[in-house]
Amino acid sequence: MTRRSTAAALALLLTAAASYRLQAQAGADRLLNAAREPRNWLIYSGGYFSNRYSGLTQITPANAKDLELKWMYQAAVAGGWQTTPLVVDGIMYLTQRPNDVVALDAKTGRVFWIYRHQLDPTQIVCCGSNNRGLAILGDTLYMGTLDAHLIAIDARSGRPVWNTRVADNKAGYSVTLAPLVVKDRVIVGVGGGEYGIRGFVAAFDARTGREVWRFYTIPGPDEAGFDSWQKCPPDSKGYCDADAWKHGGGSVWVTGSYDPSINLTYWGVGNAGPDWNAEQRPGDNLYTDSVVALDADTGRLKWHYQFTPHDRYDYDSVQVPVLADITWRGAPLKAMVWANRNGNFYVLDRETGKFLVGKPFVKVNWMDTFDERGRPHQTVQPAGQPTWPGNQGGTNWYSPSYSPHTGLFYVSAWENYATIFGGTPVEYQEGRNFGGGQNRPYVPVPGAPSLPGLRRGPVNYWTDAAASGAVLALDAATGEQKWRYPMTDVTDSGILTTASDVLFTGGREGYFHAIDARSGTLLWKTNLGAQIVNGPIAYEVDGRQYVAAISGLSLCVFGLR
Amino acid sequence: MRAHSPLVSAVFAIALIVPASAAQGPPARPDDYAPADIAYGGRLYDAQCTTCHGANGDAVGGVNLRSGTFRNAITDQDLARVISNGIQGTGMQGFKFDAAELAGIIAYVRNMNTFDRGSAKLGDAGRGQTIFTGKGGCTRCHRVGAEGSRVAPDLSDIGATRSAGSLLRSLTDPTSQMMPINRPVRAVLRDGTVVNGRRLNEDTYTVQLIDDRERLLSLTKSDLREYTVLTTSPMPAFKSTLNPDELADVVAYLLSLKGR
Repeated sequence: MTRRSTAAALALLLTAAASYRLQAQAGADRLLNAAREPRNWLIYSGGYFSNRYSGLTQITPANAKDLELKWMYQAAVAGGWQTTPLVVDGIMYLTQRPNDVVALDAKTGRVFWIYRHQLDPTQIVCCGSNNRGLAILGDTLYMGTLDAHLIAIDARSGRPVWNTRVADNKAGYSVTLAPLVVKDRVIVGVGGGEYGIRGFVAAFDARTGREVWRFYTIPGPDEAGFDSWQKCPPDSKGYCDADAWKHGGGSVWVTGSYDPSINLTYWGVGNAGPDWNAEQRPGDNLYTDSVVALDADTGRLKWHYQFTPHDRYDYDSVQVPVLADITWRGAPLKAMVWANRNGNFYVLDRETGKFLVGKPFVKVNWMDTFDERGRPHQTVQPAGQPTWPGNQGGTNWYSPSYSPHTGLFYVSAWENYATIFGGTPVEYQEGRNFGGGQNRPYVPVPGAPSLPGLRRGPVNYWTDAAASGAVLALDAATGEQKWRYPMTDVTDSGILTTASDVLFTGGREGYFHAIDARSGTLLWKTNLGAQIVNGPIAYEVDGRQYVAAISGLSLCVFGLR
Repeated sequence: MRAHSPLVSAVFAIALIVPASAAQGPPARPDDYAPADIAYGGRLYDAQCTTCHGANGDAVGGVNLRSGTFRNAITDQDLARVISNGIQGTGMQGFKFDAAELAGIIAYVRNMNTFDRGSAKLGDAGRGQTIFTGKGGCTRCHRVGAEGSRVAPDLSDIGATRSAGSLLRSLTDPTSQMMPINRPVRAVLRDGTVVNGRRLNEDTYTVQLIDDRERLLSLTKSDLREYTVLTTSPMPAFKSTLNPDELADVVAYLLSLKGR
């Protein structure tokens, strides 16, 4: 090549660069200001406030009927695919079972690379090979694994950068949530609440993988809250575990939130262990079934609120902590709004943890009233009688959405759903199931098929008589129901809302819906054929808005015709 | 005879060989093996195999590895299987060697009768790393761990997947060892934009690549004015810029890169 032609080629290349989609590093400042670039989806729940709300407006209530499938990506491993993809400057990154990371073109779905983590064959998980997604900082992706590691992966090459052991997988620890990056740290929690773990949230140096801080969700003997794990009474009639706190659960398996203005990171804590035989662990069992507010730099506890003290129903409080700046009784409030597995909707002051609102959003009979500090008065049902909500809860881990545009909080709910609970003493053994349950699903017709809970068979043979699903739109300040979109089958789908007031959600029936976020009117639906359990996202490439949802083994991406 | 020898003897015994099945192909000839592989294998043999088989390959009764014929193996695939899985009921355990190590061990075992150790360049990985990051300028295009460019293939685990011979040939004749998926592509968009990059994936209608600015790009072929897959590697040959000792050092360094 002559010097002149080389120069010409270089000039051409420089011209070309300007027409490209900019691929910059997803630095900490971009994560802080994720709302300013709605074309991307940089954090599990869309932003640090975890609203699962997109500022994109191309798809509207008026044109949603023109949505069509643009591309699909098929995973190779069967099972509920719970991941939320990230989208960064036209590249989509997502996890697939068991612990693969895939980078693909967000416009066409074609793959750039796949990273496959080789799992320790001794990994133990209760509920399938689930992984809910990734975090990104700069050019590095972060994934937790079923064998309780945290791995940093180069976002361009798909190669591992570091691999840190978070906890002992042989004792039932796992990491299934999408990590949360705050500043230069990667924060994760651990799963394993059905195996008698002692849960924790921990932060790791994003560059090296070194652990920076760890907050145990069950306090140790010298810490505040330890007395909520009471000593066994000398006259205990049943089995009581003197070391209950050591294996008291408190898993953290859904991604938390962060408020940079007060430097607090919020995490929902799972059930106490054993799940159902509460008698063997007397006391409130802090901080199980709580939300904890931690200093993001040190991991120190700032405040907590316990939704379900001394839980006997497996009411994990791992729901995404949704942060909303709302008006409450005429004054601005930094609020946390929360629809809990225990069937109640809550509003908390996220600066102090003060309880402001508690109100059932589905039928609740495990408690009846709150005291002024928000402690529920529990009403344990007689043996053999149903408790509402049932074991899977009024909602569960499914991502809710809050739209600052409508002021409404949206949640996937299980209505008319109960369980007949019963506990059985269970002795802790490392790596063995530690549920202690003897539960029966409640069905209105004795002997009739019942809702199978977590999983379903290939044939949909039950009706709304056993339980049913709904999207509920609640006033974020009061919990008052504004509208309800009912489904015959229950729904495990997350919810996305957009600035043009379109709500996207799926369900177990396999339909993917676009619903008017203000009125609850159905705008469009399509049958994807298999249950949708992940949280939808929206993003934009080359001026076109896309919406992505996962049905069965298929990641489906929609856009306007 | 040492206690384990009778068991090991079952493995590589001189024996009348039952002909291999046609599907397995004939045994490779000694000149099929690269000297770099043989040398690498020699090192591994010294570290892993001499305890039982001895430096000359004849320490197990009834077994002489230098003979070139084996009771339980005819082809290289057979040898790989025996080395990896061992032989049940004998002292021959299975060894967890990666692909590069396996290629080296087999190459050495096939050639230990004639191989002149003095002729082999046994490089030094430390010196090789210095050349890799310095004089060789390899990190301008390649990446190891978190260091280097992503324009050329990541080499973090290259020592587990490429044999010593292949690595040496990559240094002296890069095009001969270039994987088809890594071939450089040149595309010209309709507006004249030129894209140069390394192919990562391709289908009938689209191609995915990492370009020379380390961006992941997906191009639709129908949008391109030109699309060329180049069959020559853009990597310079180091035949004349590195001397044989330096090449051996770089190979030793690359072989030490086993990933995480």
